[in-house]
Amino acid sequence: MTQSHSFTQTSPARPARFRLDREGWISLSLLLILAVGASVAYLAGENFFVNLASRMVIIALAGVGLNLALGFGGMVSFGHAAYFGLGGYVAGIGAFHAFDMTPALGIPFLPNGSDQMIPLWLTAIALCGLLAYGIGRLSLGTSGVYFIMITLAFAQMIYYFAISWPTYGGEDGLPIYIRNQLWGLNTNNSLVFFFLCFGLLLAALSFCHRLLGSRFGAALTMARLNPVRLATSGVEPRPIKLVAFVISGMITGLAGALFADLNGFVGTSMLDWHRSGEIMVIVILGGVGRLYGPVAGAMLFVAMEFWLGGLTEYWQFFLGLVLLAVVLFARGGVFGLLAGRSRHE
Amino acid sequence: MKKVMNAGLGLLMATAIAAPTQAENVKIGMITTLSGGGAHLGVDARDGFMLAIEQAGRDDVEVLIQDDAQKPDVAKSLADEFVQRENVDIMTGIIWSNLAMAVIPSVVRQGTFYLSVNAGPSDLAGRLCHENYFNVAWQNNSLHEAMGEYMSTEGFENAFILAPNYPAGTDALEGFKARYTGELANEVYTQLGQTDYAAEIAQIRASGADSVFYFLPGGMGIAFMKQYAGSGVDIPVYGPAFSFDEIIIGAIGDAAIGVRNTSQWAYDLDNAANQTFVSSFREKHGRTPTLYASQGYDTARLILAALEVAHPDDKDAFREALRAADFDSVRGDFRFGTNHHPIQDIYVREIVASGDGVTNQLVGVAVEDMQDVYVDQCSM
Amino acid sequence: MTLSLLFEQLLNGLQLGTMLFLMASGLTLVFGVMGLINLAHGSFYMTGAFVTAWVTGTTGNFWVGLLAGTLAAAAVGALVEFAVIRRLYHRDHLDQVLATFALILIFSEGTRWLYGSSPLWLNVPDSLAGSVTLPFGVEYPLYRLAIIGMGILIAIGLYLLISRTRLGMRIRAGENDREMIGALGVDISTLYTLVFALGAGLAGLAGATIGALQSVQVGMGEPVLILAFVVIVIGGIGSIKGALVGALLVGVVDTLGRVLLPDVFKLFMEASAASGVGAAIASMLIYILMAIILIFKPNGLFAVKH
Repeated sequence: MTQSHSFTQTSPARPARFRLDREGWISLSLLLILAVGASVAYLAGENFFVNLASRMVIIALAGVGLNLALGFGGMVSFGHAAYFGLGGYVAGIGAFHAFDMTPALGIPFLPNGSDQMIPLWLTAIALCGLLAYGIGRLSLGTSGVYFIMITLAFAQMIYYFAISWPTYGGEDGLPIYIRNQLWGLNTNNSLVFFFLCFGLLLAALSFCHRLLGSRFGAALTMARLNPVRLATSGVEPRPIKLVAFVISGMITGLAGALFADLNGFVGTSMLDWHRSGEIMVIVILGGVGRLYGPVAGAMLFVAMEFWLGGLTEYWQFFLGLVLLAVVLFARGGVFGLLAGRSRHE
Repeated sequence: MKKVMNAGLGLLMATAIAAPTQAENVKIGMITTLSGGGAHLGVDARDGFMLAIEQAGRDDVEVLIQDDAQKPDVAKSLADEFVQRENVDIMTGIIWSNLAMAVIPSVVRQGTFYLSVNAGPSDLAGRLCHENYFNVAWQNNSLHEAMGEYMSTEGFENAFILAPNYPAGTDALEGFKARYTGELANEVYTQLGQTDYAAEIAQIRASGADSVFYFLPGGMGIAFMKQYAGSGVDIPVYGPAFSFDEIIIGAIGDAAIGVRNTSQWAYDLDNAANQTFVSSFREKHGRTPTLYASQGYDTARLILAALEVAHPDDKDAFREALRAADFDSVRGDFRFGTNHHPIQDIYVREIVASGDGVTNQLVGVAVEDMQDVYVDQCSM
Repeated sequence: MTLSLLFEQLLNGLQLGTMLFLMASGLTLVFGVMGLINLAHGSFYMTGAFVTAWVTGTTGNFWVGLLAGTLAAAAVGALVEFAVIRRLYHRDHLDQVLATFALILIFSEGTRWLYGSSPLWLNVPDSLAGSVTLPFGVEYPLYRLAIIGMGILIAIGLYLLISRTRLGMRIRAGENDREMIGALGVDISTLYTLVFALGAGLAGLAGATIGALQSVQVGMGEPVLILAFVVIVIGGIGSIKGALVGALLVGVVDTLGRVLLPDVFKLFMEASAASGVGAAIASMLIYILMAIILIFKPNGLFAVKH
């Protein structure tokens, strides 16, 4: 239902322009594989594989967020775990206070925590937007390596903060005992939860598609490729980039909230700098600057994690080799291999 | 990563295939830490557990073992795999409290039994206690509380106390303070995973304390003690057994001699079950078991004793059998409180030279029949 | 807080700072000369520590182990430069970050494969065990004092290398104008391999010396790596002087913050809460420091023009 919705809405201004080229076909088949695969697994009673598909979808969503900053905005953020983790903690803390019947953050005049997904998602998106605005404001003054490092440093700051704040578990993390609720849906049902995540992924993809097709998208591309030219045409590149960075943080934060609900747990491992690297890896594996790249990247990554992890204890060794090979020899990632060079390159 | 270990090893695989009566088999899922800086705790817990399973020689008990790499999210997804895919009857093995909190509440809610070989976070003893959850080790605070009492009776009046800044660390110092009657020279929290303790050791030197109590498990404890020994500070140190297990003191060496620590078990405890355990563990693995191995061993023996009474499919009967704790614990007297946490003696051990290394030697009892303080918060 | 305690803590900060300098100088050289951002630098730190622990265990001599560890790290560095890194010089930073992130995975898991998961143990050599009495009545571990001394010697050595030798001249030329130095007929790929191996060797030396104080285990390089990045960002990426100043600044601020902040909070909070909050803020302190410096000096304290 959400699926058809997003596709008809893809580009209402230019309905004829949405043609299925090779990249389009690949994208569509990836989504189909996910949806059909999850449904078949559910019918076969294999909840584990449904959850594996949900994991792919959620990690893809985090990648879609980062891709907006990294692939389309040229901002190499090495700190997206901050938004992923913050989103997760919003879901966790909301559920914690709802379970305890105490006001959010223990501040008396705030409403009680919530176990409803919609307000939790909105809170996660809003807070991640604020955080990304703050970090973006301070970081976009720098560029190149400095930008990479300062985003990493901010994420580390939040990581250490979360570790040392005992109220919400610190290093122990925070379990979500009962998965958060959405109206009358049974979110504990693995397939229902999968399609919730899937719907949000489609919504995010369609949002990004429209955003990039708009004047804003053109300005963002120009800000990445030639900021000087953009400035001479009267548009300041920095605010454009900041907006993209904020939206990017929001999408990744939403993914974090879903991830916490999928696992029934939020912990500092969601804020770890390895997580930032992992989200980046997903974007690169799929193909930088391809809208559906993170979907391919996430599917490949989670599948490798599952398959290699079953074969050998040292699966990350092989992940490293694959990654190295992709960076050195297959720069376009999965999409580069399957669909040829990107329009964005 | 996936290791399927059968009781009778290869032989068992054959019987499992040959006998189509798998419905009556008992499947145990063990998630424990086998890699990373804290791996020796998980390895010992596993080896102790598997020793008891092998000794029982039952061919209808299957144990699946997975490594959680000390990461909560990994443990959580492994637990989902065990419960949803493998349909295990019983789960066990988790070492760290943060992993336990991530995994156990949802596992027991889904109707699977969980027996803790090590972690005993306060929530699971108190407000989140559950009828399917049993702790066969201790509640987190216990050993620290006992040390607080012991140091008070030893006449220390000005202790410097130290733990990592994370909830189990806070619990440790709270536990210590609960029964300690003297003054505190200082109370310091370090970073989790911190490896350089120069600043803290300088503070200890300057504090004028008459004793140091610290809780630093795994690699942190080794780093601290090595640096402490090299610093020339000679204030006596005390701690729970977690800071001084056989592996840690082996790495520290002579610098550890004379240190006293509290434990619910010691390898030289004089009872028949313990003598069998220690000698067969040494024979099989060529090393002296740590308290983690003893906890793994006891956990397996409790499960085996309960299996004599009922199959886990009959949940109420099996639960009653677990609650009865009708087995000879290697630590001596053992029974469960109403919150399914142990009531047991806590002993004091001293580190002494032995051969070309050092070892823990039993000194006496610190607290008899110790029960955790959270039992009143449990509504079970 | 007595004066002697403060002095001792300053020494501790200095010792952490010199270690960070060994890591950061390699990173910053590689960036300054080749324009490469290398996340895998912590792997050389780990390599140095593991080889030192292994050789020391086999030969029973710490100094042989230390030499072997340092050389092994440099050799592994040269090998990695030859096999992978030199393909990355002309790539953008994103590719560099990812390729070196992949190297971290390969190194960490590979080391685990070779040596297993348990930490290795390396002891301070007997000749440097124990402590000495310094002015103000401070008792200080001899080994840590030796680390500070070694750090100072290496800083001087690096300064002389860069300002007085032919290699140093080429490094400076490389920092200023990469194309030019190639055009002058300098064998640039050998220069790059040398610089990279030098950085890797320094990291290996740092890992080996610290390994004797702490423990030698997989992943030990990562916290140090992140601190070293903070150091070079504060100091200005590419500047050796910046690396030195940044390293000492980070070492001292981190050490004193951990000691002083809990006391500061105890002035207006209950003791146990104060030590918790103090420890929390202290662990964030250097990142706050870095953010503040970058707001006022976006290219670090000693910015290098590229």
